[in-house]
Amino acid sequence: MPEPIEIRVNGRLERVAVDPATPLLYVLRNDLGLRAAKFGCGLEQCGACTVVVGGEAVMSCALPVCEVGAREVLTVEGLAEGDALHPVQQAFLAENAAQCAYCVPGILMEIVALLAWSSAPSEPDLRRALASHLCRCGAHPRILRAARRAAREVAR
Amino acid sequence: MSEPRRALSSSLQRHPGLDTWIRIEADGTVVLRTGKAELGQGIKTAIARIGAEELDVALARVRVETADTARGPNELMTVGSMSVEDSGSAMRQVAAEARQYLLELAAQRLGAPLSQLEVDDGTVRARGSERRTTYWELLGGRDFAREVTGEALPKAPETHRIVGRPGTRVDLREKLVGGAFLSDLAPEGLLFGRVVRPPGYGARLVSLDESALRELPGVRALVRDGSFLGVVAEREEQAVRARELLAAAARWEEEPTLPGHERAYETLLSSERRSFPVIDGAAVDAPLEPHVAPAGAAATLRARYLRPYQMHASIAPSSALAKLDGGQLTVWSHSQGVHILRPALAQALGMNPRQIRVIHADGAGCYGHNGADDAALDAALLARAVPGSPVLVQWTREDEHAWEPYGPAMVVDLEGSLDSAGRVIDWNHEVVSHTHLGRPLPVAGSSNLVASWHRDPALPRTRSEPRLEPHAGIHRNADPLYAFARKRVVKHFACDPVLRVSSARGLGAYANVFAIESFMDELALRAGRDPLEFRLAHLDDPRARAVLETAAERAGWRRRAEAGRGQGLAFARYKNAKCYAAVVVELEVAEGGEIRLVRAVIAADAGEVVDPDGLTNQLEGGFVQSASWTLKEEVRFDTRRILSRDWDSYPILTFAEVPDVETHLIDRPGSPFLGAGEATQGPTPAAIANAIAHATGLRLRRIPLTCGEELASARV
Repeated sequence: MPEPIEIRVNGRLERVAVDPATPLLYVLRNDLGLRAAKFGCGLEQCGACTVVVGGEAVMSCALPVCEVGAREVLTVEGLAEGDALHPVQQAFLAENAAQCAYCVPGILMEIVALLAWSSAPSEPDLRRALASHLCRCGAHPRILRAARRAAREVAR
Repeated sequence: MSEPRRALSSSLQRHPGLDTWIRIEADGTVVLRTGKAELGQGIKTAIARIGAEELDVALARVRVETADTARGPNELMTVGSMSVEDSGSAMRQVAAEARQYLLELAAQRLGAPLSQLEVDDGTVRARGSERRTTYWELLGGRDFAREVTGEALPKAPETHRIVGRPGTRVDLREKLVGGAFLSDLAPEGLLFGRVVRPPGYGARLVSLDESALRELPGVRALVRDGSFLGVVAEREEQAVRARELLAAAARWEEEPTLPGHERAYETLLSSERRSFPVIDGAAVDAPLEPHVAPAGAAATLRARYLRPYQMHASIAPSSALAKLDGGQLTVWSHSQGVHILRPALAQALGMNPRQIRVIHADGAGCYGHNGADDAALDAALLARAVPGSPVLVQWTREDEHAWEPYGPAMVVDLEGSLDSAGRVIDWNHEVVSHTHLGRPLPVAGSSNLVASWHRDPALPRTRSEPRLEPHAGIHRNADPLYAFARKRVVKHFACDPVLRVSSARGLGAYANVFAIESFMDELALRAGRDPLEFRLAHLDDPRARAVLETAAERAGWRRRAEAGRGQGLAFARYKNAKCYAAVVVELEVAEGGEIRLVRAVIAADAGEVVDPDGLTNQLEGGFVQSASWTLKEEVRFDTRRILSRDWDSYPILTFAEVPDVETHLIDRPGSPFLGAGEATQGPTPAAIANAIAHATGLRLRRIPLTCGEELASARV
């Protein structure tokens, strides 16, 4: 059995006994039951697996869990407080900002990380941040609307 | 006097029992069952709204269950923008009848006449009385045990309080907080499966060094059957690693079976073909009359339009969960047609269909026939190797890109003649393509499921026959809605596609409308007429005229000369029978030829609107996806392999490139629902090409539309 690895996820210290090369995505989904982050390509090309690690939006599909170290991991499951959704989730609900919504959890975390750096991102900032996320349904216009709404709510 | 019976929809004729569709639970919830699948198109929301409206219950009480071969109605496939038309219309009638019956029960219980009863969120009371009862008291947890009669009348549209009004998607919240997809299912004892596909269509497994897996922990089964190769492991990363090791340890023999993408059109045009005249939208098995050019034309134009092989490219690679329990196989699939998948799986596995249950679970958007059905067979084959354990098979990105059935290449040749007044006096449309139907319909001795082609004995791909019904694949929207003095439309069905092909959103409508609506601009230019005026002059249908005029007005069409940008317009009525949609695109073309979409305006008439935001979402999503196909997408391949194997080698439109989109709906309360999920797919490429022509003078007829080289050569 490999040495357990300690990672801090959504404010909790977790110990997982896995091969240290295991991508963070599989640890989150299968060992910790946090299945919001999605497998989309495994190639860091689509952004569906994005979570926040140490304050930065990171694709978790190719990041070995042993490289997380002491950095705090935040996933979609760590956003809501009880039944109260996070303002970014609330904005997506208000704008019906999805079709299939498979790409959305990754996008939520990208926006959470962006708004932590800059409470009033410009339109080019927003689009640049989202450029690493692919959406195939064409929900882009409403996702951008939700991102702008989230920025307004967080700034308030 | 009795009300005349309403004609029952085909879904209701197949399943007249109310209990198939609706269940009132004792806890005060209402279950609505549809035979359609949630593909991100929002069918759960539309069904919930229609059912809640007719039953007079709050939306929050309603839970929608989607396609399942063991429960609910069999509504065949979730395709062709038919979900609201089929299942929505059925649910409206079923719910109206269920309400009627519940009120009859309430009248007995309360000792009050039916005419005195009022319903508020499932609570029934008699006017002027304190006595009340509820649906769940009356029938909670019990069957209706009745069939639809067609006698209950749905509500009048002006009394609607849910249908047609804004609201939230019913399935969105769960997808914003955690895992709600098929690939998120995690039953007890879950094992993880991966398949190793051959490198190309023509490759055969000749040897495998199985010792490659010897050092790997957690491997529970290796399945090798001919050239089909799969592995089951206890942990996901073990399955991923095992797949990599197997792929490296496998030796394949490859045959050059493909022409290469540069020769795709040449190959298509030289394929053996069967040709059919198309009359009123339907292909006819009759001899082809030659096209005779009209006498006295002031001008005749000819043009050829090309559409390459293109991918669905779902954002989630296909997945499936399967479990074999004492001879009974249960498969969770994001297939568009669980009722068709079941017999196809039975055929492949040598089982009785009754031993198989296929349950739809939400996948990512599919936009047609993707790898869902194939992954279901993969999962079943792997689950058979570990009886009693559920196996989740997850395709890789490469599996999806290289093995999904593509939207087939198309060539459209148009010829049109004008009289001296600038009216079209003759129109000739000839379209060549392969089948757009490669679904896994069970046909003895062949299969359309990938694993069947690789197992030993292998089954060949099922040969498709041309479909003649109105607006089937190749000739979908080939017959223009315009009132031309004379028109001739021909479908050429090219046999034996070189790539695996099937239904991609809009089917033939994408290329046919691209060609028709591009050519209308070419003719308008030749006639010296404004493209909008030219279309209106050939269009009698007032609803068609209304969407064109609305889109043009909202987009500022009359001022297009001053915009300083290219502005292009296009229109179609999907299948000439469904949603009307007009699209105006505004764009800029940089000196180097880079095309930047700035703004799009959509106007649509989908009959009575059930969910205005859901409808807008479909129309806008269709526009963005179609814009991506139009500007970026082409499946590339050499003589052995698909070369478009990931998002770098098959790029799609990104957030940085998406324009502002605004949509205007023309609501028609009380008129039939018109399917809208594919309505903007066809007009979009033509609106873009027309805008490029307006901006640069260049007429682009080959998708993906690029104008770097053309602009450079125009400058020389």
